[in-house]
Amino acid sequence: MNRLIEKYAPTRENLLDILHALQDDNPHNYLTTAALRQAADYVGIPLSEVMSTATFYSMFSLKPRGRHIIRICESPPCLLLGAESVLTALQEMLEVQVGETTTDGAFTLETTSCLGACGVAPAMMIDDQLYGNLSRERLAEIIDRVRSSDEAR
Amino acid sequence: MRTRLDVLICAGAACLSAHSAAVRDALAREIEAHGLSDEVRIVETGCMGPCELGPVMLVYPDGAFYIHVTPEDAAEIVEEHFLKGRPVERLLWTTPEARRIAEQRKQVPFFAKQRKVVLKNCGLIDPENIEEYIATDGYAALGKVLTEMTPTAVAETIAASGLRGRGGAGFPTGKKWGFVAGAPGPEKYVVCNADEGDPGAFMDRALLEGDPHAVLEGMAIAAYAVGANHGYIYVRAEYPLAINRVEAALAAAHRMGLLGNNIMETGFSFDIEVRMGAGAFVCGEETALIASLEGHRGQPRPRPPYPAVEGLFGKPTLINNVETFGNVRHIILNGADWFRSIGTESSPGTKVFALSGKVVNTGLVEVPMGTTLRELIFEIGGGIPDGKEFKAVQTGGPSGGCIPAEYLDTPIDYESLQELGSIMGSGGMIVMDADNCMVNLARFFLEFTANESCGKCIPCRVGLPAMLEILQRITRGDGRADDIDKLERLGKTIKTASLCGLGQTAPNPVLSTLRYFRDEYEEHLVGRCRAKECTALIRYWIDPEACRGCDQCRRACPVGAIAGTPGNPPYAIDAEACVRCGTCREVCPFGAVEILDRR
Ligand SMILES: Cc1cc2nc3c(=O)[nH]c(=O)nc-3n(C[C@H](O)[C@H](O)[C@H](O)COP(=O)(O)O)c2cc1C
Ligand code: SF4
Repeated sequence: MNRLIEKYAPTRENLLDILHALQDDNPHNYLTTAALRQAADYVGIPLSEVMSTATFYSMFSLKPRGRHIIRICESPPCLLLGAESVLTALQEMLEVQVGETTTDGAFTLETTSCLGACGVAPAMMIDDQLYGNLSRERLAEIIDRVRSSDEAR
Repeated sequence: MRTRLDVLICAGAACLSAHSAAVRDALAREIEAHGLSDEVRIVETGCMGPCELGPVMLVYPDGAFYIHVTPEDAAEIVEEHFLKGRPVERLLWTTPEARRIAEQRKQVPFFAKQRKVVLKNCGLIDPENIEEYIATDGYAALGKVLTEMTPTAVAETIAASGLRGRGGAGFPTGKKWGFVAGAPGPEKYVVCNADEGDPGAFMDRALLEGDPHAVLEGMAIAAYAVGANHGYIYVRAEYPLAINRVEAALAAAHRMGLLGNNIMETGFSFDIEVRMGAGAFVCGEETALIASLEGHRGQPRPRPPYPAVEGLFGKPTLINNVETFGNVRHIILNGADWFRSIGTESSPGTKVFALSGKVVNTGLVEVPMGTTLRELIFEIGGGIPDGKEFKAVQTGGPSGGCIPAEYLDTPIDYESLQELGSIMGSGGMIVMDADNCMVNLARFFLEFTANESCGKCIPCRVGLPAMLEILQRITRGDGRADDIDKLERLGKTIKTASLCGLGQTAPNPVLSTLRYFRDEYEEHLVGRCRAKECTALIRYWIDPEACRGCDQCRRACPVGAIAGTPGNPPYAIDAEACVRCGTCREVCPFGAVEILDRR
């Protein structure tokens, strides 16, 4: 059960990396109570401490999410170049609000602060992949591509 | 064997997002098919700078710079250019004014005006190949300090160069190294701050992705100077590509004995670990970063004690920014005087800036300190798109301020920007044109900082949302007569009473827009947004004279707010139903849709 995290030394300083590893391994991209307890036992601190640390960071989720996390940038450089209408388009396309997951469990829509892709604003990430120069048409194309590569799997 | 042509194709994050990998594959196939594999070499590099034009590629030695390349172009490029020696003109980057072919990189103002020191290798070498880095004198500076210099001499050289921290505050780097070197205790740490959270900043990302060894070498030299054997790079989790490249670089440097135990057989040992953030802007603040590295909530603590005395695990710790470390090897190899010969008296060297917003050439540029804002935005940046008017530039991100047109000729350095009520910050430059509302801009930044406040101290936790609420009601058209005064009072209190730099600087975007664009705030109080950006203060209107009854707007409107019969103009917008999304204005082929003040 500890296989996933054994490459990290069982010390507090590795807690964030351990939480990342546990979250990435979960099919619903979140930290279960069991995972949090596992991390707590592994590094030898109380569960409440792990909870308090995990909830501080916006990238950790204690609620189930979709297979893919869409993080759309809502920082000023992207907002200046139309990020708001890109977000609206995404919400319409996926029929979800920010923070929600599509009914088929494929996508969770989140916003993020700057992705450092301001040169190609507006930008978003889906999982580890960056997409820039977003427009309505590009969005549809990207979402379709992710959907069909899921089906191929 | 020496190749005839080197094709440098950008594999920076922005170009990858524009499918540069597919272009590379297509080129490789065509090169192979034309039997040129021995003559033409493809090198994937880090960011070349002009992100908006990606995928970009540069052909050496002839200097042809191709932009917006697609996989479909590969056959033509290989056939015409690589085989027959005739660059494909339609894909070359031409200067906007003259449309003159940019056969040499030097002829494009974007490059000609720049002075690359930190980014020297970015876009020229393959960041995943340590040998290419070594071929550019890589690790020579580390070799030099380990064999020829004492730790004190290293710190003194950096001090003499006048290098100042590129992470925002501009603290003299050599002095900081001296503090850590002088702190008591056998165990010390070197930490590289790669949390780069300022909206509009992506310099550090480019350096880590494009030339990771330069940062590692800078850290190793620093470790020798301060007496540390262990280092960390704290990279934000939003940069997976940077994390991969750094990890690959670390492994390669270890393999070659350039990091790890007994480096270059000198007896000096230093290793580096990569740590990932988890989405908290405040972790860029040095004491919060240390807490996060230790596996805790990333909350700042009061200073002193400074990290130089009591840092990671309570030990003396040197924290510098990515770009600061990137400068180090050049100073060691070329000397402090050389470094001082670039830039200004108080701010020597170059600075990397990230241009974004309403500017033609968005992307990364490196210029000597003292370059004017005008040179940066208009000559290198190519000016404002669509012939619009420059309004202001925000420097220093959410901690900085805006600078209006009358100060465009200001030479950029730490002090000059501060005098204008802004800061250098990490180097983000967000350009705005007449269509951008300055009140709304201030609201954007306050939304960011209020959201990122860690909640530890009251002025920041309570004060920023209070400022935000006022800004929200002003942009909604519900502002009250005393709101401007309130903003100023709150802003000043938060600045003086907050614990860390986040709260201490968060009011700056509001205070600086109030300083230069107070009339825009006042106009909002009487219901007018001159930029026509605040949707609550505008309405869309179809000019009956210009409307031809083409029906496009009616079909495009997402809420069915437009009425009319095809071929029977004019159409009209129902102001009550309209959500002011602007779609009709975009689709109208006759420019008949106008934006008016709501009142
Ligand atoms: C809220 C906040 C965020 C910061 N973010 C960063 C950052 O992302 N990168 C960085 O290098 N410095 C950041 N800093 C500055 C650091 O605290 C520190 O001054 C810097 O890393 C020192 O390195 P330097 O002297 O090389 O600039 C931030 C400061 C504050 C208050
Ligand atoms: S100023 Fe803000 S971010 Fe900094 S410690 Fe206080 S609450 Fe946290």
